[in-house]
Amino acid sequence: MADTELASSFAVRPDPARGTAGCVRLSGWGIAALAIAVLVGTPVVVVGLHVLTPSGDVWRHLVETVLAEYVVNSLWLMMGVGTGVAFGGVGVAWLVTMCRFPGARLLEWALLLPMAMPAYVVAYTYTGLLDYAGPVQAALRAVFGWGSARDYWFPEIRSLGGAVWVMVMVLYPYVYMLARAAFLEQSVCVLEASRTLGRSPWQAFRQVALPLARPAIAAGVALALMETLNDFGTVHYFAVDTFTTGIYRTWLGLGQPAVAAQLGAVLMIFVLVLLLVERLSRGAGRTHHTSSRWRTLPRFRLGPGAGILALVFCGLPILLGFAVPSLALAWWSWQSGAETLFTADFLRLVRNSFVLAAAAAVTAVLVAVLLGYAQRLDPSWMNRGAVRLASLGYAVPGSVIAVGTLMTLGVLNTLSGVLLIGSVGALVYAYLVRFLAVSFNAVEASLGKVTASIEAASRTLGKGAWATLRLVHVPIIRGSLLSASLLVFVDVMKELPATLIMRPFNFDTLAVRTFSLASDERLADAAAPALAIVLVGLAPVILLSRAIARSRPGGGE
Amino acid sequence: MIDDMDQTCPAGLYLDGIFHAYDGKPVVRGVTVAVPPGQMVCLLGPSGCGKTTTLRIAAGLERSSRGRVTLNCQLVSGDGVHLPPEARNVGFLFQDYALFPHLNVAANVAFGLDRLGRGERSRRVDEMLRQVGMDSYADSWPHQLSGGQQQRVALARALAPKPRLMLLDEPFSGLDKRLRDQVRDQTLHVLKSSGVSTLMVTHDPEEAMFMADAIALMKDGRIVQFGSPEELYLRPATPFVASFFGEVNLIPVQVDGGMVHTPFGPLAAPGLEDGQAAELLIRPEGLALRPDPQGTAEVLAARMLGRVSLIHLRVGGLHLHARVPGHFMPAEGTRLAAELDASQAHVYPAEAGKA
Repeated sequence: MADTELASSFAVRPDPARGTAGCVRLSGWGIAALAIAVLVGTPVVVVGLHVLTPSGDVWRHLVETVLAEYVVNSLWLMMGVGTGVAFGGVGVAWLVTMCRFPGARLLEWALLLPMAMPAYVVAYTYTGLLDYAGPVQAALRAVFGWGSARDYWFPEIRSLGGAVWVMVMVLYPYVYMLARAAFLEQSVCVLEASRTLGRSPWQAFRQVALPLARPAIAAGVALALMETLNDFGTVHYFAVDTFTTGIYRTWLGLGQPAVAAQLGAVLMIFVLVLLLVERLSRGAGRTHHTSSRWRTLPRFRLGPGAGILALVFCGLPILLGFAVPSLALAWWSWQSGAETLFTADFLRLVRNSFVLAAAAAVTAVLVAVLLGYAQRLDPSWMNRGAVRLASLGYAVPGSVIAVGTLMTLGVLNTLSGVLLIGSVGALVYAYLVRFLAVSFNAVEASLGKVTASIEAASRTLGKGAWATLRLVHVPIIRGSLLSASLLVFVDVMKELPATLIMRPFNFDTLAVRTFSLASDERLADAAAPALAIVLVGLAPVILLSRAIARSRPGGGE
Repeated sequence: MIDDMDQTCPAGLYLDGIFHAYDGKPVVRGVTVAVPPGQMVCLLGPSGCGKTTTLRIAAGLERSSRGRVTLNCQLVSGDGVHLPPEARNVGFLFQDYALFPHLNVAANVAFGLDRLGRGERSRRVDEMLRQVGMDSYADSWPHQLSGGQQQRVALARALAPKPRLMLLDEPFSGLDKRLRDQVRDQTLHVLKSSGVSTLMVTHDPEEAMFMADAIALMKDGRIVQFGSPEELYLRPATPFVASFFGEVNLIPVQVDGGMVHTPFGPLAAPGLEDGQAAELLIRPEGLALRPDPQGTAEVLAARMLGRVSLIHLRVGGLHLHARVPGHFMPAEGTRLAAELDASQAHVYPAEAGKA
């Protein structure tokens, strides 16, 4: 019934914006949502406005000297990573979803494992393994009897190429996940039709499956590139000058916040383009899903030779992106001995990281619930706008967020005398700006599970908005709230640039300590905190792979 | 019947001149309807006529842009007042039942009873579940129940807090035909025995006539006719009302001397001017047929529909349908005499159909 659908698409609105008096009414929920949105959105807006500010001498100096290098390096990085993740991600996605070979089912979730690795951790590990003093070159010298670096050529890991390689290894899962989902959602009939029309499996892939999955692939590549632009630890360590290292240096080295913000604003233009690509391709992708029927895909059985090749192709990213680095980290941690692990210092690092991540996760989920519920109660343009504003930090690199947050807090300080800069509170605020969208997306999706009539049923049974949230929504979406907080928790654990810029004096986290030890070339000592980050990072990967297993009704062959 | 209620404070539910628009698009345009205490009133109408919105306004789930809602003499909406749904003490039965998935059957029914003490609450839950015949399912979970069982639990849940008013939104549309008749019957008896005033929304005229003491037929956000089921069926105010309650034969006619001339003889056309174009609506069951070689009606086809037979006729160049009880299957080409039951024929000015 059209009118029923119309009515139920509108949530319970005890106090709608369009009132009898014709003026905009604001409920308590709306006011709270708006206030939070302004608070969370301001740092990004502050940086964004620096596009317009007049350029000073320092900026001119930057433009004349290093800006071109930042742009060129960032573009090369994006090009390399984009190509790598597209080929790698789509290739493995196609193999594990459409072909049958030994180990394919195991690979399906194992291919997500590299997501647990922060890029900078992989960078440190491979530097330790591959540089002149590392085991690989030492072994080569021993075998071939080379005396010094002049006797042979070995690729330099600390380079732009090395950075591309490291990031492809940890970022391809974004493309893999989305491409895999797209292949699974494609109607089997389309593929079978192309086979009956005389196409080989390879031709069917190129001419049918790939074009259909293109929006998903583009979205995955865009996400991977956003992470590339966000990266600080890898490029800093490899001495590849990009925007993030430039912002860091301008802020902390030159002491020029306004110029750092201007760099951030330029970087945000890059992000904006990617965001647009992602949005547009997702929009297009949605229209492609024509068949809602699910059927076990008729997988193409590979012969023994091709099967081994496929296994190697799919196993390599897991080996290089996850197994080798984590084994190396484990080995180094073991070697440095248990006494370094359980020192008071190490335990303090763990506690700091845990407290920060937990505080940020709880705050982000609470705020997300408030925003999501306010939007449901009154889906007016004002509340929808508030949500948009609050989600701006999504995809904005951590270094830019840090700059914007510090500037916002600086203004707040002069206005009200509240000094938050350099406190744990300021750091949690920055995390909220950066990661609120992560928790909000999860919360909003799960709020959708509570139908409008369930909400209305509670209201007509005498429960107000608060009581309904407490008694109906929260119990129903409890599981999703937990996973949302877990996602934020892990993101905060891994976060480096914002933490580095904003942490209180002498306040180290696992990520910060890993960074500073690695910067001092004490890679073996950095292994233990890095391993701890990886272990925590495994939690959402396990969550994801379970979700993937559930998304396959009758998935067993 | 609305007018005399307007003067003093009306008991039950009274919606007075309700207007509502979604994003500037009007859906309810001046609806006035009363539900006297203990009575069942149906809002009947096609998709998109605004009946569900009217129901939601009565519940307080939507706020009308104009008009007043009073409940047992208390103003609950209008004149700057808007009581939220939780403060109105109304029961709402949803199309999808809307049982809380995280609560079992007993906890669902107890949801609106937190003002009662523990012992009294569980007594009330037991009583309600017994009344709808679901007492053996108190510990079950909503997903374990069939559609009909969910509907009964939802009814018990809505009635448990002894609401001042029950609002039913297409409560049987999710059930298959056979189950629907049974659940409908049971729901009617539960509602009648609890003595609660009820406003129900449906698009099914048969369902409305089965359930209602009075029917308000809506179209395009307005009430076209309000009255008892017999009134609407036997004295439809417009061709829309007549055709909404079942198939009709429509014949264009001219008024001449206060009469219209039909193939079945002249028919009185009160209130119509001479020479005016008019429409004659005849219900298919208003034609009585009997075999007659000199008859004016010729059989085109005959079909058995179960309890009735449907005869396609040609009468003076018109194609008409007639419904005859039981088995009546004249061969194609048979001549029949057709007689019109004047109470089943209605004459309207031709413009009325377009209004």
